[in-house]
Amino acid sequence: MIGEIGHFALALGCILALAQSIFPLIGAHRADARLMALAAPLAVAQLIAIAAAFAALLWAFAVNDTTVSNVVLNSHSAKPLIYKFSGAWGNHEGSMVLWVLILALCGGAVAGFGRDLPSALQARVIGILGLIAAGFLGFIIFTSNPFERVWPPPMDGQGLNPLLQDLGLALHPPMLYLGYVGYAVTFAFAVAALLEGRVDAAWGRWVRPWSLAAWSFLTLGIALGSWWAYYELGWGGYWFWDPVENASLLPWLIGAALLHSAIVVEKRESLKIWTVLLAILAFAMSLLGTFLVRSGVLNSVHAFANDPARGVFILGLLMAYVAGALALFAWRAPKLGGTGIFAPISREGGLVLNNLLLCSIAAVVLVGTLWPMFADILFGAKISVGAPFFNAATAPLAIPLVAAMAVGPLLAWKRADLAGALQRLWWVGLLAVASAFLTLLVAGYHVWPALGFAAAAWLIAGAAADILDRIAAFRRPSQAWNRARGLPRAAWGGAIAHAGVGVMFAGLAGMGLATDALVELKPGQSTRLAGYEWRLENIRDVQGPNWSSRRATITVLDQGRVVTVLTPEKRFFPVGRMNTTEAAIHTNAMRDLYAVLGDERDGGGVVRLHHNPLAPWIWFGAGIMALGGGLSLSDRRIRVSAPSRKAAPAPA
Amino acid sequence: MTRWIFLWLLLALPAFAAVGDPNERLADPAKEALAREIGRELRCLVCQNQSIEDSDAQLARDLRRLVRERVAAGEDQAAVITFVHQRYGDFVLLRPPVTAATILLWATPFLALAGGIAVIMLRRRRAVAEAAALSPEEARRLAELDRGTA
Repeated sequence: MIGEIGHFALALGCILALAQSIFPLIGAHRADARLMALAAPLAVAQLIAIAAAFAALLWAFAVNDTTVSNVVLNSHSAKPLIYKFSGAWGNHEGSMVLWVLILALCGGAVAGFGRDLPSALQARVIGILGLIAAGFLGFIIFTSNPFERVWPPPMDGQGLNPLLQDLGLALHPPMLYLGYVGYAVTFAFAVAALLEGRVDAAWGRWVRPWSLAAWSFLTLGIALGSWWAYYELGWGGYWFWDPVENASLLPWLIGAALLHSAIVVEKRESLKIWTVLLAILAFAMSLLGTFLVRSGVLNSVHAFANDPARGVFILGLLMAYVAGALALFAWRAPKLGGTGIFAPISREGGLVLNNLLLCSIAAVVLVGTLWPMFADILFGAKISVGAPFFNAATAPLAIPLVAAMAVGPLLAWKRADLAGALQRLWWVGLLAVASAFLTLLVAGYHVWPALGFAAAAWLIAGAAADILDRIAAFRRPSQAWNRARGLPRAAWGGAIAHAGVGVMFAGLAGMGLATDALVELKPGQSTRLAGYEWRLENIRDVQGPNWSSRRATITVLDQGRVVTVLTPEKRFFPVGRMNTTEAAIHTNAMRDLYAVLGDERDGGGVVRLHHNPLAPWIWFGAGIMALGGGLSLSDRRIRVSAPSRKAAPAPA
Repeated sequence: MTRWIFLWLLLALPAFAAVGDPNERLADPAKEALAREIGRELRCLVCQNQSIEDSDAQLARDLRRLVRERVAAGEDQAAVITFVHQRYGDFVLLRPPVTAATILLWATPFLALAGGIAVIMLRRRRAVAEAAALSPEEARRLAELDRGTA
């Protein structure tokens, strides 16, 4: 019964979404205030319907309703409750419901908080969001019904894949979706602006927070996925340039370009056309990622992969939304001419360079991801494009990007003095060069880690220089504190996010100096790695709630003093008959000690031990980037211009 | 994107089979490092985009052994990669060789940059022209300013 209610709620949501797209768009076109006034209530009604459907799905997983085929395929009664819930979105159908729920939440937010938007713009934005929601709800209803019944019901479910029974992964999809769906909102704003034929600072003030929020969530989502790969897959790697990873990196890169160029629209009313195009592309990349991953075109060797009908449906949606938006763009964009003129050397110029380089990197990632498929179809050539290509092809674009990142914020709007900015950064440059030489001196001849530490120092100290410059710490030190408090949060946010990138580079560079050992040890034996003594104490059986495992106990000693005890495991999940490797990691924020248990033989076991300097900084850095985004979001200017309930109803 | 988790999972499956075999590694750390560097350039042909260093598929093991044999015999990186390339074709190289089929791929960074710069130059010229169209007086003043300091 609950399942049918959920299914009905999805269908209802689809109809409401259609209504939400048709009436407000017609209303805005005809300047009919009554039709436009339907936008907000319809968006809220759709949100309620989708929330009901999602609640029904959660219920089915929570009570382990084995008449629902989705539950049978992805859940089991013996699973901890949290993973029953996360199982609800740990599969294709459920994750799509989560996707439309977040989209409906965004629509509700625009409806609820957008009252001081011009009513036609608000109606159009909500209408476009309704159009997107209707497409994806149709996709769910026609190809991916999460409430499909099975009869007779099996005794119990087949279990969620053990690899996914993990807190990081329970949070990973919602974070990513908040990012993807956030770009649906900036897309809706872009299309609405094209329909209106107008982009102004008020539009920029609305687009910037949405692009900031989407980007921050996407950053966290990607970082969680990468962190999971690091501790769960047991190879000590964190980024593999895999097509599915690239699919999430593409909207992140374009989104980073978008949030920078939205600053220019808001502050200088310039780069409008470009910002609108980026907003369209960011969402196009989100959809493309969805298509690539769910259609199986890139991974066709996997039998489990996906139903071709789904791929075709998503491709159809992708074509309709993106081609439609681009056609509208080609037709209407020339009307959106910018007003701000700026010299090449200026803050605007720096942001254009940022856009150029980020988009070029995105182009490399996109082409590199798709090329094996194209080469096969067009030339019949079977080629591979892997990490060595991506590293080689993105580095020449990333280096100038990093170099410009510290300089850009010091440039003035409209026309700037590059020599002056560089002069203020002299100590930062010195620090970067010193870091590189220090790395070479201490760690030996490792070019990339040395460059990485130089980039880290350049960015972190550069962000500090930016803040010191803004508060005039050297020129008028007595007022520095007051100026620091008065500095807009957007300024702090930007500097912190840039420093976060620096922290991440330090982590990447540290990982470039990682060392490991692969040894066979008997209980009591020990080996040395990175100055530590690693002693295998024993290997024994352990019983968990829905798994049994072999657990090794390894004591790590530093000159006889115990640093930590690592307990890597090999877990066996009887439901699903799968083994997982649980790496044991000890971190002190400056380095990770990482141990994995392998085969056992003659009473001993093979262990792989890693010493990963600064590894956690990769994810700290991502967290700091997202924090910077969040801080920038809380800026007073955004809060003041955005929602306020006392706002008088906008004249129609 | 939840699906990618499942895909990763498949990527990862061989990784759970074993953690590696200590006997595989070369005793000389410098040679082992070189062998690994070479291994990261080579694709495990039966896996999804994994290098032979990151996979425990049988084929990856065989290739790892092959690479280590050649490295132990004193061959350099180019020689080993050429050797493997000749036997397994372009598909084994994670860094695709520059051929007619990949020239555009390798040109992407330059094309993207050049295209972007061209668009920016064109738009700048038009933006200045449009602004000029607004009012001849403003345009003249602007041009003066531009000449004065640019």
